[in-house]
Amino acid sequence: MRALSFDIAHLLAGLMLVLSFLLLYQDRITAMLNVFAMQAVALSASVAWQAVIQDAPHLLVTAAIALVVKGIVIPTALHRIVRKLGIHREIEEVIGAGLTMLVGLGLVALSILLMLPVGEKVSILVREDLAFALAVILLGLLMMITRRNAVTQIVGFMSLENGLVLAASGAKGMPLVVEFSVAFSVLIAFIVFGVFVFRIRERFDSVDVSALDRFRGERGEQP
Amino acid sequence: MALMAEIAAQAVQMLLVLAIAPLMLGITRKVKARLLRRIGPPIWQPYLDLWKLMHKEAVLAHNASWLYRTAPYLVFAATWVAAALVPTYATNLMFSWSADLIAIVALLGTGRFALALAGMDVGTAFGGIGSSREMLIASLAEPAMLLVVFTVALIAGTTQLSVIAETFIGGVGVRVSLGLALLAFVFIAVAENARIPIDNPATHLELTMVHEAMVLEYSGRHLAMIEAAAALKLMLYFSLLACLFFPFGMATKDQSEIALAIGLGSYLAKLVVLAALLPIGETAVAKMRVFRYPIFLGSAFAAAALAVFLLFVSRGGL
Repeated sequence: MRALSFDIAHLLAGLMLVLSFLLLYQDRITAMLNVFAMQAVALSASVAWQAVIQDAPHLLVTAAIALVVKGIVIPTALHRIVRKLGIHREIEEVIGAGLTMLVGLGLVALSILLMLPVGEKVSILVREDLAFALAVILLGLLMMITRRNAVTQIVGFMSLENGLVLAASGAKGMPLVVEFSVAFSVLIAFIVFGVFVFRIRERFDSVDVSALDRFRGERGEQP
Repeated sequence: MALMAEIAAQAVQMLLVLAIAPLMLGITRKVKARLLRRIGPPIWQPYLDLWKLMHKEAVLAHNASWLYRTAPYLVFAATWVAAALVPTYATNLMFSWSADLIAIVALLGTGRFALALAGMDVGTAFGGIGSSREMLIASLAEPAMLLVVFTVALIAGTTQLSVIAETFIGGVGVRVSLGLALLAFVFIAVAENARIPIDNPATHLELTMVHEAMVLEYSGRHLAMIEAAAALKLMLYFSLLACLFFPFGMATKDQSEIALAIGLGSYLAKLVVLAALLPIGETAVAKMRVFRYPIFLGSAFAAAALAVFLLFVSRGGL
């Protein structure tokens, strides 16, 4: 029968995937940010568990970074932005929630199908970790393209990055330098996004990125 | 002698579900009333209601056909058979070979079909609305329910409830899939039993009602049959939940008196806990708009589908 270590890794990675779906399902920004913070905590627990079973203490540092930066700092900052802009309950979806969920299910199936043949040689644990991570990444991308609000797009991007860390922690022997640089670049990206959101707001009195469409020059001259 | 004992055990199960179904409904109503700071009717009130309805005259509309008159009995029979098939206090009963999850879903579907037809038979507006909404809910809930069935069937390797329960008692480890399936099952059970947030079982005059709208024209013994079937359906979902996700305490191979007594006691305890949890959940949420049903049941479908997918990934490791 299977070991308990596998069961717990399975549970935590599965939890992250479920939280990704919950992110897609939310229709209030505040609730969404809370779910995002929960996903970061789940990620941190998952990475810490990988550190234990792989006997790799440096992964604990990754777990701590995930917990502090993505579980606490970024959600708090996003909450502040949302409060300042007064947009705590609006989420504009490009397509409906039901359709988004169906597309999301398709993406999960796709990532599992992709990973099954790739991972014939590796252990079941790594294969499953990679499948879940790919699904989380794809769901983050889906979230970025199905939302119009800039704040929700930031959350989509961060959730995508959670998937990347999950994939990286499953593979053995990732150097700590890479983790640091990834965490750092995410923080920079977050600051850039934050400035970006305020600039959009200043210009258009809204954070709906569809307001930017008429500057793309693809749809002909519109007033 | 052994045959007699087996028949007796099966008969006890069939009569047990019928006998205590109204009681569970009574407990649910009592807890709900207490949560709303009302005293509420006594917990045996549903029995008195059924008794009263059985002795009242059944009033029929002039244009009611045979369908309208037979539907209540059909609904009751289908629901009773389905409820009696679910292993409650013991597995390996005489008819447990026929206790197939897909068969139970099909029996419930038959009952629902009859009730929806009966709702439209007399031609009132309310009945039509109720039937159409019931079918909307059914078309969303049944695929989700079948995915839940597939999840447990993939883990246990069969769709026979008795075998599934035995496998789960043996322990299957920590499974995300089972957690997701449980979540989806609870959503489906809420929708199928016409409870808040999908439907309000306490109201008869509201534009958003579903189940009550279909049975609005019924009276007397016909209504009694329908109410008994509704109580049995609630009971069926409680039993399924207990059997699939919390099967501890059931008598399996060991069919001695003590094992059966433990099984019976733990089954009743599980039922009472579930009957108390349902109104607590109901009081915590608000009734949903009809247009939000697809999202509610769609998330149940998504959870169940995810459960199946996750099983598919980890299957190679067995």
